[in-house]
Amino acid sequence: METNLCVAGFGGQGVMTLGKFLASATCDSTDKNVTFFPSYGAEQRGGTANCYVVISDEMVGAPLGDVMDDLIVMNGPSLQKFLPKLKKGGNLFINSSIVSDDIERDDVKVVKAPVTELALEMGNAKVLNVIMLGVYVGYTEVVSPEVVWGTIEHKLAKKAKLLPLNKAAFEKGLEIGRSQK
Amino acid sequence: MARVLMKGCEAIAEAAVRAGCRFFAGYPITPQNEIPEYFARRLPQVGGNFVQGESEVASVNMVYGAASAGTRAMTSSSSPGIALKSEGISYCAAARIPIVYANISRGGPGVGAIQPAQQDYFQATKASGNGGFRMMVLAPATVQEAVDLTYKAFDYADRDMNPVLILADGVIGTMMEPVELPEMKSEEEIAAIKENKKAWACIGHELDYANRSWIQPGQWDTVKMQQWNEAAAKMYDSWEKDIMVEEYMIEDAELVMTAYGISARICKSVVDMLRKEGYKVGLIRPITVSPFPYGSYDKINYDVCKAVLDVEMSIPAQFIEDVAMGVKDRCKIEACLCSGGNIMSREAVIEAVKKILDK
Repeated sequence: METNLCVAGFGGQGVMTLGKFLASATCDSTDKNVTFFPSYGAEQRGGTANCYVVISDEMVGAPLGDVMDDLIVMNGPSLQKFLPKLKKGGNLFINSSIVSDDIERDDVKVVKAPVTELALEMGNAKVLNVIMLGVYVGYTEVVSPEVVWGTIEHKLAKKAKLLPLNKAAFEKGLEIGRSQK
Repeated sequence: MARVLMKGCEAIAEAAVRAGCRFFAGYPITPQNEIPEYFARRLPQVGGNFVQGESEVASVNMVYGAASAGTRAMTSSSSPGIALKSEGISYCAAARIPIVYANISRGGPGVGAIQPAQQDYFQATKASGNGGFRMMVLAPATVQEAVDLTYKAFDYADRDMNPVLILADGVIGTMMEPVELPEMKSEEEIAAIKENKKAWACIGHELDYANRSWIQPGQWDTVKMQQWNEAAAKMYDSWEKDIMVEEYMIEDAELVMTAYGISARICKSVVDMLRKEGYKVGLIRPITVSPFPYGSYDKINYDVCKAVLDVEMSIPAQFIEDVAMGVKDRCKIEACLCSGGNIMSREAVIEAVKKILDK
């Protein structure tokens, strides 16, 4: 069993951090193999950024999927760029706050979550990636939510005051993900 | 031992520290900046020294100096930066100074592209500087292998008193993967390694002028220079025993892919995918690209093998020339190539395989 995930969005949306949290959780608390591959050019905040996370029971072959099982898009350009690479029956996770384009495919499952708005409602625009990670994990259960939260908690250990906000964000995401199953 | 999720570049640096590397000098260039960044943080913790040189040339010569004083020393760069370091590398080879360096290669030629490529094969394996010297060149396909090979590289360098190159690419350098790290060498072990170099290294000889150390990147005497080259050639020939290669499902293969580094990893995945569809395909993956495992190509069953498919992220193909020396015209060799910072896709390799086998 191998899951190829691509996470794509603007630089600054926490796309890389989302991927790294998932990869770290898999490494720390499961027997599965995992690769995290970041892809970016010379851009900084505002440019496009994407990363690939492959989680597998076997050795990971190609660390960057040419065919994706799951795709998370945080902005419009990413949808246009990566949707053709999502396999038939694959899962598409959309930041519906800013991706308003019609989905031109009916052979994929679409999970919508307005993560930018939700993050703003929670008082910190930066947690949109943690909400989206929750949506993804809640929907796919590729690794258990407890394991992922354990990793986030560990990574944020030095910024303990941010934990309650992130916990709320992650749980909000889980709720959305589970409800759309 | 617990596994940790590490970026290829950082894992290479940590493996070097654990192997006893106590000096690093480098100059920034994408996609290998995490190597000097990691060393800058890590070396002071273990009593080592990190220097960001004013240039690639300065950095490699600092490493030449540190290694001449018996310290395990390393540098790293990416393609155009490695080209600048070639003078220092050649001097280390000529003076028989053991250093380790890594090329996290990117698109080329010239300043090229910052994305991953395998465009430096000839430079790495045939002519890493002037003068026709050779080096062991190790080409990892996973982050774990990058760790293990870097750790070993210091032993090879010390054994042969010769530079050793880790030839990786931007994918291996920037991806994160779980790794198990090797044992940290103790202070005693590191001191013993240095002590073993006392016979030739510049580590102080108590005013014994007649027996002082002499680091010499060349010989003025033509007879001596030839003798030096003969001795070096003998050392290069001795590497036959050090060949590392992965031969995967080649016994009954009707098509054998061959590749190194990240391309090989992608090919291995293609072998598994195509075997499930009934295609008899295999893979030869040199782990040492110098010395090159020519003998592995003798194991192909040429009665059934229709073609060898060279897969590399270089246009024009380079690795293919060593492959041809292994195949020796016993079957045709086709190529599946990409370049410029584009990463080989499994789809492209599958298409190339099917084009040959579905004929």
